Amino acid sequence: MVPSALVDELAAIVDARGLITDAAQRATYECDGLTGHRAEPGVVVLPTDAAQVAEIVAACARHDTPFVARGAGTGLSAGALPHPEGVLIGLNRLRRILSVDPANRRALVEPGVTNLEVSQAVGPHGLYYAPDPSSQVVCSIGGNVAENSGGAHCLKYGFTTNHVLALEVVTPDGETVWLGDGGADPPGYDLRGLILGSEGTLAVVTKVWLRLLARPEATRTLVADFASPTEAGRAVSAIVEAGVVPAAVEMMDNLAIQACEAEAAAGFSLDAGAALIVEVDGPATDCDHDIAAVEALCRDAGASHIRHADDPDERARVWRGRKAAFAAMGRLSSRYFVQDGVIPRTKLGECLATIAEMADEAGLRVANVFHAGDGNLHPLVLYGDDPDEAERAEKLATAIAELCVDLGGSLTGEHGVGADKACSMPKMFGESDLDVMARVRRAWDPRGLCNPDKVLPTPRLCGERPGPYRPHPLEEAGVIERM
Amino acid sequence: MTESPASRTNPPPLCDDAAFDVLRPPPADVLADCVHCGFCLPACPTYQLWGEEMDSPRGRIQLMELGRQGRVSMNDTLVGHMDACLGCMACVTACPSGVRYQSLIEATRAQIERRYDRSRADRWFRAAIFALFPRPGRLRVALVGAWLYQRLGLRALARRAGALGRLPARLRTVEALLPPVRLRQLLGRGQPAHTPAVGQARRRVGLLTGCVQRVLFADVNAATARVLAAEGCDVVAPPEQGCCGALMVHAGWEEPARARARALIDAFDAAGVDTVVTNAAGCGSTMKEYGHLLADDPDYADRAAALAARTRDITELLTELEPRAPRHPVDVRVAYQDACHLRHAQGVARQPRDVLAGLPGVELVELAEPDLCCGSAGIYNLVQPEPAEELGARKAGHVIATHPDVLVSANPGCAMQLRRHLDGAVPVAHPVQLVDAAIRGVPVPGAAS
Repeated sequence: MVPSALVDELAAIVDARGLITDAAQRATYECDGLTGHRAEPGVVVLPTDAAQVAEIVAACARHDTPFVARGAGTGLSAGALPHPEGVLIGLNRLRRILSVDPANRRALVEPGVTNLEVSQAVGPHGLYYAPDPSSQVVCSIGGNVAENSGGAHCLKYGFTTNHVLALEVVTPDGETVWLGDGGADPPGYDLRGLILGSEGTLAVVTKVWLRLLARPEATRTLVADFASPTEAGRAVSAIVEAGVVPAAVEMMDNLAIQACEAEAAAGFSLDAGAALIVEVDGPATDCDHDIAAVEALCRDAGASHIRHADDPDERARVWRGRKAAFAAMGRLSSRYFVQDGVIPRTKLGECLATIAEMADEAGLRVANVFHAGDGNLHPLVLYGDDPDEAERAEKLATAIAELCVDLGGSLTGEHGVGADKACSMPKMFGESDLDVMARVRRAWDPRGLCNPDKVLPTPRLCGERPGPYRPHPLEEAGVIERM
Repeated sequence: MTESPASRTNPPPLCDDAAFDVLRPPPADVLADCVHCGFCLPACPTYQLWGEEMDSPRGRIQLMELGRQGRVSMNDTLVGHMDACLGCMACVTACPSGVRYQSLIEATRAQIERRYDRSRADRWFRAAIFALFPRPGRLRVALVGAWLYQRLGLRALARRAGALGRLPARLRTVEALLPPVRLRQLLGRGQPAHTPAVGQARRRVGLLTGCVQRVLFADVNAATARVLAAEGCDVVAPPEQGCCGALMVHAGWEEPARARARALIDAFDAAGVDTVVTNAAGCGSTMKEYGHLLADDPDYADRAAALAARTRDITELLTELEPRAPRHPVDVRVAYQDACHLRHAQGVARQPRDVLAGLPGVELVELAEPDLCCGSAGIYNLVQPEPAEELGARKAGHVIATHPDVLVSANPGCAMQLRRHLDGAVPVAHPVQLVDAAIRGVPVPGAAS
């Protein structure tokens, strides 16, 4: 329970619509984009400006009550999973673009502004915001900062951390501070960089200075079909070895193609074993040269069909299809776990073959979407309503993440660790690594109030069974109920 | 006021404490299609206004699921968030997983009307709407009263005296939405039962004259018949046709809606037409779903599906037919507003633009946020005046920013809502009225050009 004195204080900070205590309303905040993990928040507050956020955090600190910041709730690692006895701070109403500074190619935004809104707002100046997570129509800049989000075009342009100049944050004791001075390499420790990807465990972000880029002069996109992901993987290696730096190289396997095509009607070949989307951008002459080289390399690697999507509408449909890959999975399966492993690109064939074997063994379907250029694999483990199947799916998803580590890769490329993969962290890091991370965290948040139970494994977290919500036997018998 | 939302049956609940009973609850398999990705959030007008999860499509779907499980009962919270949904279906367009939200919200609303006790004032207000709007005869009588109110200067007097400020918000909205009433229009003879094709007939088309459309926008019906005839269609407007039931379907008045659907199917089947054409987006979207609405009625299921399959919006039909009648230049700058029940519910966005852009002299401009509802949404602006007000003002601002000579919308509800919020700044017309003006070589109604 959240202390009633704290609830009273919160009520005085936010407007009448900004405090949510009703059980049914709170339940709509019980999960983010990863529905396998659910917990009803103690209360939800929806502040409208940075000052209210600071007051809310200070009040939580006074009452020793945990709090979790949440953006649009599209995260895929349960990073915004609420604390059942804590305060969930929804930042959706901090959605103003405070300043656009085209001369210096930067913009100051609040954390609830969506990723795409930034590019739309600065578009008239010929500028855009480069990181493009697939959920960019809805995901918020605050969430992007917390997760250090990537996206298809991060291969060439880098992750969120390469595009954030400075941050205003509220520390876990309620103090408002600026980190970074907007310069390329400010003196002293890069505390700004520490916040990027900290998954909301160090502070709550309230304002962000973003770096903007000029729109490239030209863009060329092709879609190449292959008999299997292994052959497509060979093409990717050949492209990288040839020294071409594409803006994006994306791969989808057949199951993913089915879902994306059903959504976007982008003209993906439904019978292809794998599709590779390669995009180059920059000066027009460079683009023409690079895309010709890419096409030749794809043909050498055995591409059965190559299509150029140079018409802006056609290109938009290709990307709409690719970016809806997770969201469109509902067409194939009502539920899924999505993984976010990173593997050395050269291990792709081996990795996918092993995943296929593991999936067969578990009797489950796995669709694969792959940021092929930087080795970031997103296997989607599909499962149904059967609780037993859900459990097998959760196990398989974890085993796939750990397989990536075994192959010399990583548990997560861009989705974060959150609650979902915290218990797998010891698979990747030794005790002393984890201890150092814990000390960094304590330096910011000595009392462990700021998004607790995320990222770092805790005995409480890892002692419980993760995975989808399963009613307790007493709950089923009607003796107890979920709060 | 003899009708009630549904026949008073008492089917058992789905489970203990469930919000829903076993009679057509929101289908579990459709609920399960939602993967909670959140792509619907930016498309949802109420999420845009309030930024609250429970007033977003995925939040509402989650509340429905909780209602099925018995974790939420049929209480004020659940009903409040379902009532707040405009039913604009922008989420359906945005959803990558193809969740059929329309079937979820309609099933939920029918359950609400059957199982939830609304306050007396709310019940009265809703019953009054349904006693009036779907019944052209009564609506006409009521509007004669409105004509007197406007004609005798009572409106100006009431506005000056500040009397309106003391009315409840809902009644204030009704007053404000009243279009300028012309007696000639109210006393007109209505649409002729048959308008013969000009030249060789190439199709026999049934015209839905509608309920509100027939009384308040009779000129749109007349323009529709003229354009179709000029394009070589025999136009039949069966005089016995009634309301299509759209307003009722969208509000959860399931049984009365089904009764109206059956009557309309009878009327058009008897007329023996190839195509049924509507010029009101809300009606068209409902008629295209008749197969679903009457799926469990053995006498009507097949005929309902057949009627749905031959229903077209007027702009769809005009793009299907190779233009025959010559068009004169109209020389107007036109802003087109997408009716949600055309763009989202029927997926018709290209055709009206093609029809308009194909007229000589038309300069077509796009509005900002074309996906966003104007707040009219059937009876929404009457029962939920505050959010409707915000959305209406927002849409009007987008319209004015494009400096059009005329705003064009293919739905009577949108037309009334926008006419009110534009407040004379920009005239409002139906797309078919522009086509009619081009064919006849007359000025576009209301537009100075």
